[in-house]
Amino acid sequence: MSKNVLVVIELKGGAVRKTSLPAVTFAKQAAQKLGGQVHALVCGDNVSAAAEEMKKYGVAVVWAANSPALKNYLPDAFAKATLKAAEAAGAGVICASATAQGRDYLPRVAASLGAGMASDIIGVEDIGGKMAFKRPMFAGNLHQWVEVTTEKKVVSVRPTDFEGAAAGAPSGEVKSLDVGIDAGALKTKFVEFAEVKSERPELTDARIVISGGRGTKGPEGYKETVEVLADALGAAVGATRAIVDAGWVPNDWQVGQTGKVVAPELYIGLGLSGAIQHIAGMAGSKVIVAVNKDPDAPIFKIADYGLVADLFKVVPELIAEIKKVQ
Amino acid sequence: MKILCTAKRVPDPEIKLRVAGDGSGYVKDGVKWVVNPFDEIAVEESLRLKEKHGGEVVVVSIGPADAAQQVRQCLAMGADRGVLVKADGEVDSDAAARAIVKIIQEEKPDLVIMGKQAVDYDSSQAAAIAAELLGWGQAAYASKVVVADDGKSVRVTREVDGGLETVDVVLPGIVTADLRLNEPRYASLPSIMKAKKKPLKETTFAELGVDAAPKVKSLKIAEPPARKAGQLVPDVPTLVKKLHDEAKVI
Ligand SMILES: Cc1cc2nc3c(=O)[nH]c(=O)nc-3n(C[C@H](O)[C@H](O)[C@H](O)COP(=O)(O)OP(=O)(O)OC[C@H]3O[C@@H](n4cnc5c(N)ncnc54)[C@H](O)[C@@H]3O)c2cc1C
Ligand SMILES: Nc1ncnc2c1ncn2[C@@H]1O[C@H](COP(=O)(O)O)[C@@H](O)[C@H]1O
Repeated sequence: MSKNVLVVIELKGGAVRKTSLPAVTFAKQAAQKLGGQVHALVCGDNVSAAAEEMKKYGVAVVWAANSPALKNYLPDAFAKATLKAAEAAGAGVICASATAQGRDYLPRVAASLGAGMASDIIGVEDIGGKMAFKRPMFAGNLHQWVEVTTEKKVVSVRPTDFEGAAAGAPSGEVKSLDVGIDAGALKTKFVEFAEVKSERPELTDARIVISGGRGTKGPEGYKETVEVLADALGAAVGATRAIVDAGWVPNDWQVGQTGKVVAPELYIGLGLSGAIQHIAGMAGSKVIVAVNKDPDAPIFKIADYGLVADLFKVVPELIAEIKKVQ
Repeated sequence: MKILCTAKRVPDPEIKLRVAGDGSGYVKDGVKWVVNPFDEIAVEESLRLKEKHGGEVVVVSIGPADAAQQVRQCLAMGADRGVLVKADGEVDSDAAARAIVKIIQEEKPDLVIMGKQAVDYDSSQAAAIAAELLGWGQAAYASKVVVADDGKSVRVTREVDGGLETVDVVLPGIVTADLRLNEPRYASLPSIMKAKKKPLKETTFAELGVDAAPKVKSLKIAEPPARKAGQLVPDVPTLVKKLHDEAKVI
């Protein structure tokens, strides 16, 4: 019993969010260790299409929870739906990607089950026969291996550290899940969502990310450098906390311990010092480039290629040189 | 309005922690301790709501006896009373949450404001665990909190993936503070003196009748592998050439 693994899938506009697929990979690894099956859960008020889509990812069962109470994300409703699905699936491990949503409701699931939860895991190892979850702590300054001592285990999975599950031929079956949630009884009520619309790729799954810090001098300077370079490369844009706090760019662009965690093939940091809390969100990038006029900026300690220069001079030249090689 | 907020003692985020010899934890001797930055924001928000709506602010911490210093710091900011649950050794987010729930049940606040995450273990669990155990609503990652005119709910703007979400949380409920909720005040010297006389109740897990056993056990702690040292390039053409020929990313 309880050998199965339940993975909760996040939807956007009725479709599976790519950032959920790394959690599916973790779920498959865990199910293999436990000798069980992977079950997936999709929640919303119209999830039939997403449930069909999930069949491509090689899970045994897709639970489709359709309910007006699940139309918009609410922590108490999503926790209840997850508990129902965990029971139906006979799940011993319950996981989701560590997104703003996953981080928000999974602890409620753990609390309700009396289970322990490992947050933001970046790997699974065997330590003395125990399933040890590896996770960053103290802004990634240290790595910690933890054991969840309860029989049931809840896990949030850092999407940058597991490959996304690949799509294949549809398999498994879709089952509908009656969650029986009374929307009126929920203690949190949805009011509105102000989406930051952008034509650029999503920060968390872009191949290239260009980030700017205080060295960009202001919202105009940021636009003229970071955004112009990003558009030349088809890249996503990111920022340090300092300039998000200053109101130069939307909060959704913050990279770091308390912002987004990104791991692109190429990360270019312009005029940012490389504070440990910023590095916590981008140290997993394959290639890091730093442009900073201070040769002692900490970012140079982790950059693969560093250029000590004025970013306002560098960016136009960079765009011209890149055009030559592209 | 009675507000309860929580404040964990954590190592100063600006310092570098060292792994203890046996890998069981981090070296605590000589570490500079501070109030978890998100909790300072939670305390500040509680004070601002009290200034606007009247009431009382109670601050709760779970930690070693020395954590009384951090509770005093919150009292110096302006909180009215403190409760310290003394515990030696690591307390996981779940045990902390269960102690906090017990105190919430005794204190019966209208609103609880906690931090989004404690920056030592970065778990970000305690508030949601407490909300679930109490059967309350929650709004995490708040960048704005407004009490409804009828005082029966709070409207919270939340920083989430892709934008800003607004929700109403029925009171009593739990909110967690994100970085942009406010800028915490500095305590003035007179208020630091005054804080020394404010009530600070000390208790223990045993007295509260809460089991402190962790559900998440630390097996090992280690430094992450260092990134291999990179190189400085003299100019833009060299940089682009290396990115193209060597790293093959553009
Ligand atoms: C609890 C907590 C959580 C945090 N979370 C985050 C987080 O998630 N993400 C984050 O980023 N930060 C976070 N921070 C903040 C972090 O500590 C730093 O304050 C912040 O990252 C600094 O931003 P910056 O690099 O833009 O600014 P600065 O440190 O001021 O750096 C600006 C850099 O620009 C360079 N520069 C100036 N002009 C030029 C020019 N013309 N050309 C080239 N270079 C130039 C300067 O040499 C300098 O190195 C957090 C802090 C705390 C305490
Ligand atoms: N030992 C503790 N003492 C006081 N508050 C705590 C403690 N542990 C957690 N909290 C509160 O819960 C929040 C989230 O903590 P965590 O889930 O451990 O990351 C913190 O920001 C605090 O507000």
